[in-house]
Amino acid sequence: MSLLEIKGLGIEFGGLRAVHDVSFAMNEGEIVSVIGPNGAGKTTLFNMISGVYLPGSGKLMLEGKDVTGMEPHLLARRGLSRTFQNLQIFQQMTVLDNAITGYHLQERGSVLADLLNLPSSRHRAEAAREGAQKLLARVGLARAAEQEAGNLSYGALKRLEIARALALSPRVLLLDEPAAGCNAVETEEIDALIAEVAAEGVAILLVEHDMKMVMRISKHIVVLDHGEKIAEGDPATVSQNPAVIAAYLGTQEAEHADS
Amino acid sequence: MPELMQFILSGLTVGAVYALVALGFTIIYNASDVVNFAQGEFVMLGGMITVFAHGAGMPLPLAAVIAIVITAGVGVALNKLAIEPARGAPVVSLIIITIGASIFIRGVTQLVFDKQLHRFPSFSGDDPIHIFGATLLPQSLWVMAGALVVFVALWLFFTRTLTGKAILATSNNRLAAQLVGISTNWVMTLSFAMSAGIGALAGVLVTPITLVSYDVGIALALKGFAAAMLGGMGNPKGALIGGFLLGLLEALTAGYISSQYKDAAAFIVILAVLFAMPQGLFGKKTTDRV
Amino acid sequence: MKLSNKQTALVVLAALIAITPLFFPSSYYFRVGSLIFVNSIAVIGIVILAGYAGQISLGHAGFAGIGAYACALAPVHLGLHPAFAVVLGAIISAVMAYVVGRPILRLKGYYLGVATLGFGILVSMVLANEREITGGPDGIQVPDLGLRAIVKTMGLDLNNSEFWYIFSGLALILGAWVALNLYDSPTGRALRALHGSEIAARTVGIDVARLKLQAFIISAVYASISGSLLALQNKFITPDVAGFMHSIEMVTMAVLGGVGSVLGAIFGAAILTMLPQLLTVFAEYEMLLMGLVMMLVMIFMRDGLLPSILRRIRGKDE
Repeated sequence: MSLLEIKGLGIEFGGLRAVHDVSFAMNEGEIVSVIGPNGAGKTTLFNMISGVYLPGSGKLMLEGKDVTGMEPHLLARRGLSRTFQNLQIFQQMTVLDNAITGYHLQERGSVLADLLNLPSSRHRAEAAREGAQKLLARVGLARAAEQEAGNLSYGALKRLEIARALALSPRVLLLDEPAAGCNAVETEEIDALIAEVAAEGVAILLVEHDMKMVMRISKHIVVLDHGEKIAEGDPATVSQNPAVIAAYLGTQEAEHADS
Repeated sequence: MPELMQFILSGLTVGAVYALVALGFTIIYNASDVVNFAQGEFVMLGGMITVFAHGAGMPLPLAAVIAIVITAGVGVALNKLAIEPARGAPVVSLIIITIGASIFIRGVTQLVFDKQLHRFPSFSGDDPIHIFGATLLPQSLWVMAGALVVFVALWLFFTRTLTGKAILATSNNRLAAQLVGISTNWVMTLSFAMSAGIGALAGVLVTPITLVSYDVGIALALKGFAAAMLGGMGNPKGALIGGFLLGLLEALTAGYISSQYKDAAAFIVILAVLFAMPQGLFGKKTTDRV
Repeated sequence: MKLSNKQTALVVLAALIAITPLFFPSSYYFRVGSLIFVNSIAVIGIVILAGYAGQISLGHAGFAGIGAYACALAPVHLGLHPAFAVVLGAIISAVMAYVVGRPILRLKGYYLGVATLGFGILVSMVLANEREITGGPDGIQVPDLGLRAIVKTMGLDLNNSEFWYIFSGLALILGAWVALNLYDSPTGRALRALHGSEIAARTVGIDVARLKLQAFIISAVYASISGSLLALQNKFITPDVAGFMHSIEMVTMAVLGGVGSVLGAIFGAAILTMLPQLLTVFAEYEMLLMGLVMMLVMIFMRDGLLPSILRRIRGKDE
């Protein structure tokens, strides 16, 4: 039994097939990348897997249980967490508070205790704060802890999102272009972090445009084009696949024509 | 039967006014994403200015035109002085700005004019028309016709003219509209002028029936807002139907259940519609993009 | 020992409440003061709902109405002591908030605005129309809380305004303390998170629907208690307490002062409560000026008065 199984997932927007009949599976500690030209449906696929969109067809199995159409917060309880392509940071909160939010499932408790600042509430918050501080140190943001998140650089925010997602101690982690907009050094750091997390047994599903990074770290690659899976396999196989090359060359030609 | 007919007729009359207010909301909402709580004040201004211009000796049609033009000017000023400078502010701030504007306009009206109730003569006399045993004031026909004419004119404007299409483009995507050379400032000015003018027209039409004073605006704004919401924000057809539906609902509740709770019926139905169809009857579904 | 933000805010608030009476020329000022405090309590509720959780309500006066009329009616019809009537009002408000909030909090922006507005109008309509019970639009008498007499037997003889100044001042400090506790607590953090990005909040496991409902209920209880205190203090109440304008006043006070902060909200409540008193000289111009203030502050000080002023002061220091 695979940790996460995607079976024939599909969705339409106003008659337009955004994703159609996509299937693959992933196991503990595995890094799987989803690649494809712009508009291939990668983020839409992510949104279905993380419960943000309700799939129009297909099934999603987490640890052998059907979790299709389950709300994101319930998926989070089952150990699935994610980051976003175009950053979803709590801008007005401090960096530390952003990270603590990742511990929500651990720190939540009686509202009444929270209102009255009872010791139980303080202990919950304190435990989450300690965890968050460690995580921030791990992603190199310890010194920015008390800053308002909105003031951070793009690359730092990317790492903050990863920290927040890691705070859930996920079994499956979905990273949507974690290195986009990062410089070479930052990309390398994120690279190392992903490998480290996977080594702890977390299954990582990655959408990434940096092909070098994808080829280097992922064990398995799923290629989407026009919402459909056109190839799947290890990096070497996929990069030789004629359909994949055509899909990429096609877009490259188009890009050249544009410029 | 005559009883029911009577309720329907009075419902359609009130509904026409709500529809006009809701259409005004819709135009501004489409152009700027702002719900203008001062919309009811336009109706009030239309009535009040006509009253005083007519009282000063002007013939009624001229007084009405002057009222509509001045109110349209107030609408443009509202946009330039209060809405444009607050572009990008959160919804709550915009609500407070437009409510502040409505209180301000009320305050000025009460100073410039007075706090009394006023009316001017009906356009075609006060002899009731008999329909299926019910009676209808000729002025009611004017109000209903007004709503329908405005709706058709708007529909033609938005589908047949370049300017109308520019407004729709702006509501769809402000930046893209600017990129293809649409002056979004002009679109905003025009939208506020049209919206205020339509409001004023409603005031001119309905004053002979309901009378006017400086403080009638807020209630109309709430009803018009509710009607627009009932039909689905931003949809002119929804505004028209929402307005008439709301008017009918009120009249029937007042007739058969309780006149005190006629406003309650309206809001209960709106709550019910929003529970079942959060986008209103004719609103478009949207999906959050992440 | 260094004081935390929360402690500083509470000390400042308590000090202001304790010291300002030294400058009051007459007992009329105690009355204005206690009105400010009572309004502030409702406005803190709005801060929790709108400032923390980012949800709009244009109908919170409905809950103030429930709280106020509970104090007018429960002692007469149920034989309840007015103090327990306050509690009863808060419980009814909480239950109403739960029942109403569950379906409508799915709505966003203007749609949520009109739904809450509808609720508020329904409450005020019931209060105005059910004459036999509520006394109708003319209002109804509210029994005495009886606490002042007890305080007197303990040797402290206060006039009515002084008593209510102290009593509602204490209630405000308590309300501010609870709201500040919430801000830094796990629940408060989750509320602020869903305000920042609902989608991200959901993916970290926050049950957004449940948390919005909690914020709605908490803020309803604040509004209800504010209404109760207003009724008990005035010993008389009319359906206006639940009216649309009162709802708008609450939101305006909160946003005017700075909707994100408890102290800012109290500041907004103070300004907006005092404004009509100051403007009595210009009674004719009251509406005009009120509208103008609302527009100007929102246009030129988007974050609200207090945060804007604080920023200016800090800016000069640097």
